[in-house]
Amino acid sequence: MQFMLLFSRQGKLRLQKWYVPLSDKEKKKITRELVQTVLARKPKMCSFLEWRDLKIVYKRYASLYFCCAIEDQDNELITLEIIHRYVELLDKYFGSVCELDIIFNFEKAYFILDEFLLGGEAQETSKKNVLKAIEQADLLQELNAFNVN
Amino acid sequence: MALKIVKGSIDRMFDKNLQDLVRGIRNHKEDEAKYISTCIDEIKQELKQDNIAVKANAVCKLTYLQMLGYDVSWAAFNIVEVMSSSKFTYKRIGYLAASQCFHESTDVIMLTTNQIRKDLSSPNQYDTGVALTGLSCFVTPDLARDLANDIMTLMSHTKPYIRKKAVLIMYKVFLKYPESLRPAFPRLKEKLEDPDPGVQSAAVNVICELARRNPKNYLSLAPLFFKLMTSSTNNWVLIKIIKLFGALTPLEPRLGKKLIEPLTNLIHRKIHIFSSHKMLCSQSHLIVSLSRIAVLISLSSGMPNHSASIQVMKYLGLLAMSKILKTHPKSVQSHKDLILQCLDDKDESIRLRALDLLYGMVSKKNLMEIVKKLMLHVDKAEGTTYRDELLTKIIDICSQSNYQYITNFEWYISILVELTRLEGTRHGHLIASQMLDVAIRVRAIRVFAVAQMATLLDNAHLLTGNMQRMGICEVLYAAAWICGEFSEHLENPMQTLEAMLRPKVATLPGHIQAVYVQNAAKLFATVLKNQEGNTDSTAAQETSQLMIDRLPLFVQSANLEVQERASCILQLVKYIQKLQQKDVEVAEEVCALFAGELNPVAPKAQKKVPVPEGLDLDAWINEPPSESESEDEQPKAIFAKEEPKHSRPRHTEVDEKELARRREARKQEQANNPFYIKASPSSQKAYQEAPGVEHIPVVQIDLSVPLKVPGLPMSDQYVKLEEERRQKERADKKKKEKKKRKEKRSGRGRKHDSGPESEEDITPAHMVDIVTEEMPEVHRSCLNITMNLKGNARTNMISAKGAVSSYVVSGGIFLPVKSSKHKKKKQKKEKEEKEKKKKKKHHHHHHHSDGGGEESVQNGTVEEEEPLPVSVYDIQGNLQDGSQVVVSVIFENKCDSFLKSMEFNVLDSLNSKLQRPEGSGPHDGLTVPFQLPPGVSNEARFVFTVQSIVMPQKLKGTLTFIVKNEDSSTHEKLDFKLHFTCTSYLITTPCYSDAFAKLLESGDLKCSSVRLEGVIMPFHHLLARICFHHHFSVVERIDSCASMYSRSIQGHHVCLLVKTSGQTVSIDAKCDEPTLLGNVLDEIKQTFSQC
Repeated sequence: MQFMLLFSRQGKLRLQKWYVPLSDKEKKKITRELVQTVLARKPKMCSFLEWRDLKIVYKRYASLYFCCAIEDQDNELITLEIIHRYVELLDKYFGSVCELDIIFNFEKAYFILDEFLLGGEAQETSKKNVLKAIEQADLLQELNAFNVN
Repeated sequence: MALKIVKGSIDRMFDKNLQDLVRGIRNHKEDEAKYISTCIDEIKQELKQDNIAVKANAVCKLTYLQMLGYDVSWAAFNIVEVMSSSKFTYKRIGYLAASQCFHESTDVIMLTTNQIRKDLSSPNQYDTGVALTGLSCFVTPDLARDLANDIMTLMSHTKPYIRKKAVLIMYKVFLKYPESLRPAFPRLKEKLEDPDPGVQSAAVNVICELARRNPKNYLSLAPLFFKLMTSSTNNWVLIKIIKLFGALTPLEPRLGKKLIEPLTNLIHRKIHIFSSHKMLCSQSHLIVSLSRIAVLISLSSGMPNHSASIQVMKYLGLLAMSKILKTHPKSVQSHKDLILQCLDDKDESIRLRALDLLYGMVSKKNLMEIVKKLMLHVDKAEGTTYRDELLTKIIDICSQSNYQYITNFEWYISILVELTRLEGTRHGHLIASQMLDVAIRVRAIRVFAVAQMATLLDNAHLLTGNMQRMGICEVLYAAAWICGEFSEHLENPMQTLEAMLRPKVATLPGHIQAVYVQNAAKLFATVLKNQEGNTDSTAAQETSQLMIDRLPLFVQSANLEVQERASCILQLVKYIQKLQQKDVEVAEEVCALFAGELNPVAPKAQKKVPVPEGLDLDAWINEPPSESESEDEQPKAIFAKEEPKHSRPRHTEVDEKELARRREARKQEQANNPFYIKASPSSQKAYQEAPGVEHIPVVQIDLSVPLKVPGLPMSDQYVKLEEERRQKERADKKKKEKKKRKEKRSGRGRKHDSGPESEEDITPAHMVDIVTEEMPEVHRSCLNITMNLKGNARTNMISAKGAVSSYVVSGGIFLPVKSSKHKKKKQKKEKEEKEKKKKKKHHHHHHHSDGGGEESVQNGTVEEEEPLPVSVYDIQGNLQDGSQVVVSVIFENKCDSFLKSMEFNVLDSLNSKLQRPEGSGPHDGLTVPFQLPPGVSNEARFVFTVQSIVMPQKLKGTLTFIVKNEDSSTHEKLDFKLHFTCTSYLITTPCYSDAFAKLLESGDLKCSSVRLEGVIMPFHHLLARICFHHHFSVVERIDSCASMYSRSIQGHHVCLLVKTSGQTVSIDAKCDEPTLLGNVLDEIKQTFSQC
């Protein structure tokens, strides 16, 4: 996977994760272009999009679009599955997640994503394990905070 | 008061955390930018504080702002600070910020190396985890190199949590620092059998990605993966493994068969794996599943409510089909209707996929129908990208394999003309090149094409109406050229000429104007010809006047090409006008300017141009560079290739069978190559597979030109016409069939039903010219013309090198070449008229070893009476085979006669033998595989087998050859000596000083020394000379003392210690072979005694 973007129906970027090194300028350009193209598509259309030499796999959950870029040989379905799994993880962590959760706790959303994907590859397919790791890390963080106070 | 302010500001700083920032941004919708700039100022304040908590908070906010698109690169150093905090809370934020904000060109990344290393070895697994996660996002080649070892250690960490992260990140490290792959691979392989499923799947992931880049190296892992595939229950892992096999099966066909069973099982179990199994379908014994895919598509098309997931299946089905199409076109073709249906889909992704499939599904029968459908889509399509895609697809489909499926070219031209009506397309040049191609190659269509193009030119304003359509005006380029070149077919050339000279033309791009000007001249010629036939001479003069009036417009053009052509033609016309006023008939001469047929030349035609004799493209122009970089790496490849060279025939005759075989292969190739264009009688055969068809005449459609107003669809009528034509043909055929049957009652099972026609039955209405000769005679002559003819108005259009240029539009100038056969002979004669002159001979010996350095010893035997070649030779040791040396001899013909039938022979000694081809006797000479015209040199290589290399030796040899003059030819002989010095067996080999010291200490080497007196060159010159002439390399040099090293082809080490004091040089040498050493030293001494 080359990158993952989360954006709202209004085209506001909510989360971005790049697994390929690109300059900020390029990232912005790609983001703008993709957000436009994806938002222009009708709800009944398929989740795949051929864009430049990449394939874009996207899915909409409520008001949020989850959008991944994969290479030509990559499997589209498994990418959809990854998106879905990530949504499930967010849901479990936040308890019926909504866009606001991600906006206000965006660093948490990143932490979960980082536990789930690493360098663009799925690192842990077990939901339980991912959540356990996050919980442990959070606990550690709280302990830290406690010690400071 | 002051305290209060301070306190207040501190409060505010502490209060505003990420949540506040987000809320604030949401509350300041109107002046967001302003609000954020105040926030950034605050953040800058916070970053200046010492409190790490405040800093971390600031960095966290920055990360959010970065996502909104604000530049935060200025805070990179602060991010590093937060990263290096010992508290996990802050470290986590720091690494997150780094992974979001850093990229390869961020300079502070260098500072992080040690911090990351520390975190990687932290006892807390979450510290390590965070560091690994962050690293995966911003790893640079430097970081990868420095940390590869640490990460490799982590791959065997006790915690699976760390192991899996380490394994995954290794992939990124491999990408940035490929050298790490080799040492890490065994451990990676181990991880495939890790007890933890997470680690295992990570390892599968990494190997799968690696294998995709270079599958060959991973074939050996196939059994292991096979085991994993049958045992694993994890779908994620299974999909990856199947993908991996997809990459491996093309390399190992047996794998495909073995996979069928487990795969079919899997497919039955889990339908969603099957989009990855599409990879394997290409292999495909699995074609069974195709029907399944088709069912799926039809199922999804049939569903009334198009839900997104159904669309997903449809897309994947089409994708899978396109993979299958490559190997099993038949099975996909049966689903044509389904695919056509998909073209109507609302979803562009699906339409694009379906379009792709169409390409492989057309046949003569359905081409018109499919294209008609596509044309409808072109009209409907919104969005230029899709429309452009459609346009290219239409052209692709029609032009594939030499217009194989087009039966009626008038229809095709109309389609192309219709396509010019597209707004805002970028593919004007594509349409233009198709028009040109068809007009040139399909002779029968020219009348029609010219009429169409004239109309296009007439209505050029429609095409160039607004700026948006600039892309399409490329078409005018083709139109102008076709009208000019085939102007004899024009109904009203005068009108077209006027259209071409309209002032509006000046707004077109330069290269199009240039074509306009040139073709206006052609038209002018045609018009003159027509008009001079009449009695009224004023008409012709008026035409000239028109040209003279209009051309200045182009002379002023900013484009050089236009300017040049216009001024040239303007002067020409003025001259013509002068002649006309004297009542001289000029039309014929003007026409002669453009006489002859323009023929396109295939891009590969250059191959056919014989290499001038004696031109050796492989020979060095200059002396080969003395540095031999490649010898360490791949000497084997170099020599393996070069050795057989001496026996390779250069321009020798090939026996008939071989020739026939090659011709056959070439024909085959040409049949598939759309760039071969020359007409030939045999080209028709391609279309006449079914006997009986040849009786049907190519139908001349007697239509009045249908296109009078451009912009009206008219290709449709061809579909109808075509139907009628075929019907007629079928009827004809049936008649003949009956006749035949009466005549012959042989029971051939050939049946021609009146029912559905078979593909072969459809004859094209026009033939495409397909070249059967690789380069027809005509073209070869053109080449000569381009270089030799002067005064031909055409030559300046041809590219300067005289090289063959293809007819494809390139660089804006159209480069066709006119043929004219009679010129060719002249040139040949010239060649033969060369005079014979004095002859000289010069013999010169030259030693050289493996490009490492060279020594030239002038043996200067000069004999004046014979016409002989100069020859220079190199001796190269073969590193791979200690008993072989390659002698490259350069023969140069210094005399003025032609030398041929050269034979090289050497009297073998006990020690050295010339390698001769099998079956020849020990005294036979070797034929030099080329002939030498006067003044030409060429290189031949001969391989010698050498037993012992410790002694220098001289071999006697003779070169026999025939000197051919214009009137006589004589047999001549030249004796020579080949001097194999010991130096020539040495190969420059670099050696490190520690290895050198060890070698000296080992005590295996025998010692010897030599003193040179009266050497007055600087020390470094002396060293350079030894290096150069005797193939040594300097190991170390300290003041006036240096150690040097070289190796023989049989692996003897030769070490020198060179010291100088005043004019005396002493060389202490060590070698494991004393005789060799003695001889080498003698040779060194000789080198210095000569200077």
